[in-house]
Amino acid sequence: MASAEEVARQAQRKDIRDRWFLSAPALLVIFFAATGPLLIVLVYSFLTPGAYGDVKWQFSPEAWVSVFLERDIFDDTLSLAAAHVTIFWRSIKLAIVTTIATLALGFPTAYFMATRSEKTRDLWLFLITIPFWTNLLIRTFAVLQIIRNEGLINTVLIKLGIISSPIQILFTDTAILIGMAYVYLPLMVLPIYASMEKLDFRLVEAGYDLYASRFQVLRRIIFPLVRPGVIAGSILVFIPAIGAYVSPSLLGGGKNMMLSNLIELQFGQGRNWPLGSALSIAVMIIVMVALLAYVRNASRSEVRHG
Amino acid sequence: MPDQPGKNAIEVRGVRKVFGTGEAQVAALDTVSVSIRENEFFTLLGPSGCGKTTLLRLIAGFDFPSAGEILLHGQDIAPLPPFKRPVNTVFQSYALFPHMTVAENIGFGLEMLGKPKAEIKARVAEMLKLVKMEALSGRRTSQISGGQQQRVALARALAPQPKVLLLDEPLSALDYKLRKEMQIELKRLQNETGITFIFVTHDQEEALTMSDRIAVMSSGKIRQVGSPWDIYDKPAERFVADFIGETNFLTAAISGVSNGRAHATLKSGATIDATVAEGFQPRDNATVVVRPEHAKLTKGKGDLSGTVENIVYFGTDTHIHVRLDSGEVFTVRQQNTRSAGCGYEKGEKVGVLIGNDAAQVLRD
Amino acid sequence: MASTFSIKHQPGFTAIAATCFVVLYLPIFVLVVYAFNAATSTSEWGGFSLKWFQSAWNNTQVIDATLRSFQIGAIAAILSTTFATMAALATTRTPPYRGLTFKYAAINQPLMVPEIVTGVALLIFFSRIKIFTGYSGLGYLIAAHTAFCIPFAYLPIRARLENMDLTLERAAADLYATPWQTFRRVTLPLLWPGILAGLMLAFVISLDDVVITEFVKSGGQDTLPTYMLGQIRRGITPEINAISTAFLLLSVLIVTLFFFINQKRN
Repeated sequence: MASAEEVARQAQRKDIRDRWFLSAPALLVIFFAATGPLLIVLVYSFLTPGAYGDVKWQFSPEAWVSVFLERDIFDDTLSLAAAHVTIFWRSIKLAIVTTIATLALGFPTAYFMATRSEKTRDLWLFLITIPFWTNLLIRTFAVLQIIRNEGLINTVLIKLGIISSPIQILFTDTAILIGMAYVYLPLMVLPIYASMEKLDFRLVEAGYDLYASRFQVLRRIIFPLVRPGVIAGSILVFIPAIGAYVSPSLLGGGKNMMLSNLIELQFGQGRNWPLGSALSIAVMIIVMVALLAYVRNASRSEVRHG
Repeated sequence: MPDQPGKNAIEVRGVRKVFGTGEAQVAALDTVSVSIRENEFFTLLGPSGCGKTTLLRLIAGFDFPSAGEILLHGQDIAPLPPFKRPVNTVFQSYALFPHMTVAENIGFGLEMLGKPKAEIKARVAEMLKLVKMEALSGRRTSQISGGQQQRVALARALAPQPKVLLLDEPLSALDYKLRKEMQIELKRLQNETGITFIFVTHDQEEALTMSDRIAVMSSGKIRQVGSPWDIYDKPAERFVADFIGETNFLTAAISGVSNGRAHATLKSGATIDATVAEGFQPRDNATVVVRPEHAKLTKGKGDLSGTVENIVYFGTDTHIHVRLDSGEVFTVRQQNTRSAGCGYEKGEKVGVLIGNDAAQVLRD
Repeated sequence: MASTFSIKHQPGFTAIAATCFVVLYLPIFVLVVYAFNAATSTSEWGGFSLKWFQSAWNNTQVIDATLRSFQIGAIAAILSTTFATMAALATTRTPPYRGLTFKYAAINQPLMVPEIVTGVALLIFFSRIKIFTGYSGLGYLIAAHTAFCIPFAYLPIRARLENMDLTLERAAADLYATPWQTFRRVTLPLLWPGILAGLMLAFVISLDDVVITEFVKSGGQDTLPTYMLGQIRRGITPEINAISTAFLLLSVLIVTLFFFINQKRN
């Protein structure tokens, strides 16, 4: 009979092998229908556009050049592609402002929820979860109905005599911002609430005992302790916001494009798949830079606290 | 002590258990050998981290030893997975299945062994009766009290009639009164079933009151194995003497060893009788232990002399701390009577009388 | 008498929270109200009517898209939850082993990439496969949905596993249950609420998806969201409100169920 130690080693090896078999289906599906195709996008971004969409298998850096630059059709000189730069700037700006706006609204909301009594807390959580589980398209459509010229806001303001003609909100950057902040707010509230709920309020008492004001308690005690939730919420909002498709499509109209609309255009009427691919990779790079910044930020704060 | 093979339920031979690798390696068990007899209530006693739970887990099969053998009735079971060992465990947290009823929990082991339904039913009923839980057989385990959960855990582990029952600090979650009750209950169950019990605890009182034999463990080693009386009255090492009960340690020179007895000459110059372990060689710098209740104070001259330093009242008795002339502190425990005070005062000069059979010389 | 000092109070927070809740629900409320509007215009109230629900019900495109959504959602939810359960079993309750971090990263990868990028990537990849195989059925949508549902289904299952008491399984093994019996009789029943939560989460996530579906679908494969997107772009009719209201009701039902399961397990 094998020794106990040998048996233990074999059991451990078998355990790890079984664990690979068990995870194989999930890993394969994700590789073939999510991760793997991203590599193809990278390849496509270095190819030549085909006449009717798709690509010709011919290397060309042109797509990457035209992400930010324009080639003059007469003399081939390069100049900054103003339209693209505007769209990049709008996407980044709107994603950042959306993150800040949802944080400004979501933090107090999460705090409010976490400070309710044990029983009612679940009710508030339920109320914030419903919009989270409700179709994003429907929620965007609901916003659209509120802010359009004949919508609730303008109607009420006109009836009250505050304005005489409707304010044009729809088809502006503001509309996109309102839409994104509205749909992504639960994504900010939920992770902050999750860390806030674990907060030990005796620490807050200790803060007041040691002469801190309400604001100081908030800034020096509560905020640092729920920071992981804030960081998670910010990532969860920023990533979909930078690539947002529904909000700009419905609320931005044709003119106020974001990156997703620009990318879609390349695969539709633009028939420039390499450029669309290059733009997609560019979006990925922005996301990765943001993620890296967050991770570094998070680990730095860990060093400071730990 | 030597044991006859075949009479032992469990024999642990040279078992080592090492956790981690390289620099971070820790030996949780350092070459442990011990024999546990059939039908015995055997206790592994020691502070947390001494390796007692590790040893129990090796016998149960939740871990494999790094070296050595574990024999169950002469057969090495160390390489077997837990579900192939005729050994059952009562867990510290009880580990009752929350999605099953009391009866389903108790019948689980028999069901897994593929016993016929009728037999399972009869055995479960028998077990419920044994632990006096007949009325609650249909309850979910979350709907019964801690003490009741404890009984169900016991019944569940006993139902498949294991050769050995392992109990991992099963009483630690109960409050004092319930714990006392369960101690008696456990003894009763062991008598009725005749199964070998291996009981792990850090509570010396529990160990002393329940066990047939105790193994005292520290830092991955077994320090002493013996009956409760052996362990308490004849501690072999300083650790054992210190861990179990309260003890006075005195330095003495040992001479005249014969027949397990010797003369111990204390620092004060007084010589007292002491018991020694077999094979003890006389030497100058040995340690003698005296339990506080085996010594008496006197206003006159005693074996030792000193000054009363502190008096602590305990209800049933009083501890009087005496600073000996040699500088050591000696504690005497004195039974209380209803007359006020213990008869001594702080700062009073006193003598300490050590009983004829009170002193034990340590091996180390 | 001096008012007592509440340590939990922060000035203005309650007002902001109240605003948030009102703002979250007001548009949805208006949307639902206008689904019952008798008028064709979506800005004037013309009395109560169920006619838009009726017209949606009689619209074969709507029914088609709805059924397709359910079909894709159900298959993707079952597949992704099965795979996620297996993956969760493989990645929890173990000392770290080589490849564990890789598995975490791989499983969560779909969450880290904006949908538009995944959509584009799948468009390119699947269009190639379509040319190779000639197959252009729902398989592509199901594969895509399964992939992005896995990390969502994985979340509650993993959480449940990590909170599970390992000694319960040890107790089963001690009572002569083989590893498979232990899994069937102890692990799986205790894991069940997590699996159900994962299943529902995956179903809702699949049902919600617009972007990836929009890029992956072939002609005539509209799901309810992509159908609605097309309709809204063309112009708003109260019929969309009616469809949205029905959809909303379904979401609320699922959340309530989800909450109930969660409550029970605590």
